[in-house]
Amino acid sequence: MEYGSSENMAAPLPERAANAAAVSSPAPAKKTGGKKPLEVVMHTLFLLCGILAVGFVLVISVYLIVSGVPAIRQIGLWDFLTGQVWEPATTTREPSFGILPFILTSVYGTAGAILIGVPVGLFTALFLSKVAPPKVAKVIRGAVELLAGIPSVVYGLVGMIVLVPAIQRAFSLSSGACLLAAIVVLAVMILPSIVNVSETAINAVPKEYEEASLALGATKMETIFRVTLPAARSGVAAAVVLGVGRAIGEAMAIVMVAGNVSNMPSLLTGVRFLTTAITSGMSYAAVGSLYQQSLFSIGLVLFLFIMLINAILNLFIKRKKEG
Amino acid sequence: MDPILSVKDLNLWYGDHQALRSINVNIPANQITALIGPSGCGKSTFLKTLNRMNDLIPSVRITGEVNFRDQNIYDPSVDVTGLRRQIGMVFQKANPFPMSIYDNVAYGPRTHGVRNRAKLDEIVETSLQSAAIWDEVKDRLKTSALGLSGGQQQRLCIARALAVEPEVLLMDESTSALDPISTSKIEDLAAELKSRYTVVMVTHNMQQAARISDKTAFFLLGELVEFGGTEQMFSDPTDKRTEDYITGRFG
Repeated sequence: MEYGSSENMAAPLPERAANAAAVSSPAPAKKTGGKKPLEVVMHTLFLLCGILAVGFVLVISVYLIVSGVPAIRQIGLWDFLTGQVWEPATTTREPSFGILPFILTSVYGTAGAILIGVPVGLFTALFLSKVAPPKVAKVIRGAVELLAGIPSVVYGLVGMIVLVPAIQRAFSLSSGACLLAAIVVLAVMILPSIVNVSETAINAVPKEYEEASLALGATKMETIFRVTLPAARSGVAAAVVLGVGRAIGEAMAIVMVAGNVSNMPSLLTGVRFLTTAITSGMSYAAVGSLYQQSLFSIGLVLFLFIMLINAILNLFIKRKKEG
Repeated sequence: MDPILSVKDLNLWYGDHQALRSINVNIPANQITALIGPSGCGKSTFLKTLNRMNDLIPSVRITGEVNFRDQNIYDPSVDVTGLRRQIGMVFQKANPFPMSIYDNVAYGPRTHGVRNRAKLDEIVETSLQSAAIWDEVKDRLKTSALGLSGGQQQRLCIARALAVEPEVLLMDESTSALDPISTSKIEDLAAELKSRYTVVMVTHNMQQAARISDKTAFFLLGELVEFGGTEQMFSDPTDKRTEDYITGRFG
């Protein structure tokens, strides 16, 4: 009994050793051949997350095309894009689906916002980067960051309460909700992106350029405008394109101040943007109607605009990288 | 000969650190003056006090006088941009603007109000010729200056500095990043330029100082240890520290 038990005890030992050897010897081979299970799992997880993002873009693109094309087919591409009358729900006459007013409003509104926002943003960036004492710069930079964090509905709210009545009084209008109000709100909204991106571009200009200019007897302002800004131009252009992208895609802030009337745009009349046409139409359009389908078509047009702007932005970034 | 730059009791601090101590020196016109000394001795700092490029550093404090043609350049009434026009500078690292060769050279004159096309053409050509680079670039004036080699870029920077017709040219280790052939081209150029300009150059290269300069100033720990004729200084230095430095580096 005693003998046998000792034998029993002894027996597993070599066996264990053999097992250990068996386990340890394939291990290095496993390392070179494949990865540890956890590595594989995480790798797959990352890949899935990546695919998810791509998948969303694909699904959205496909959905927009599938749901946007039929209405365009029915209305006719030319009539849809260049028609000046948007009366999708009228019962007394033939409904009319022309979105030219929206396209032009979006283009004018964005252009106006850029016209105001880019000079102000660029000069803010120059001030922060080249002129302001560090303490002042810190305060302004903090304010700009805060501006970027304000929800767009709050911009709309403030615009509606402050800006719209002010415009109404200033121009003696029946309503101050108009393209001008939307432009001002958009200009303020795109300011943070323009300031941030152009300041980064300005800071990236080598100090040596500025030194060389100053050593030639140029003043600080001459140096900024003739050396620094030209050297930072691709970054500044990227800032402009980014601003365009933000402005053209914004809906919430401007639906509250733009008057929301489908007029051909002019500065002091109520207007509808591509984005606000969708948001305001969606609650009226009957499900499955041509009206609703045409709203998807507007979404498709907007989507194509944004794609175009993204492509331009990528072009600038690529050119910047290449030097 | 009257000195073109006369420095009197010049002290300079970076914050609390005194980088130049009571410098007195007279720099003669139409000669090459070399500033030598170990790293951190203050020679580059001194060079930059001569056209007030140190103004760009926020914590700098300066006392004493630098007289340029009997005018103290640190006098509050002095127009700094006008001063920098008269005392040009070429930097350690070639720093052409990211523009065409032509626009680089024309930058200074344009900044100072020259708009006439023919006049600009003429300034660009003579400046590039003076900097001994005209023949290499005359067929590609409209191409980017960044496509030139390092040595060509540095000569372009010299041309750019000459285009505003300065009286003094400050060179801050302007050959230290260049190959020997480019270096010798710039040395020849400096020797040629001294007939029309006064050249003050910082150099780490002792042979370079000995080869091309007329006067040499030896700096150590913010002090001007010795200033004199280059030949005399390299063959028979008065100060023991100068001798140690020169002989130590020649080995």
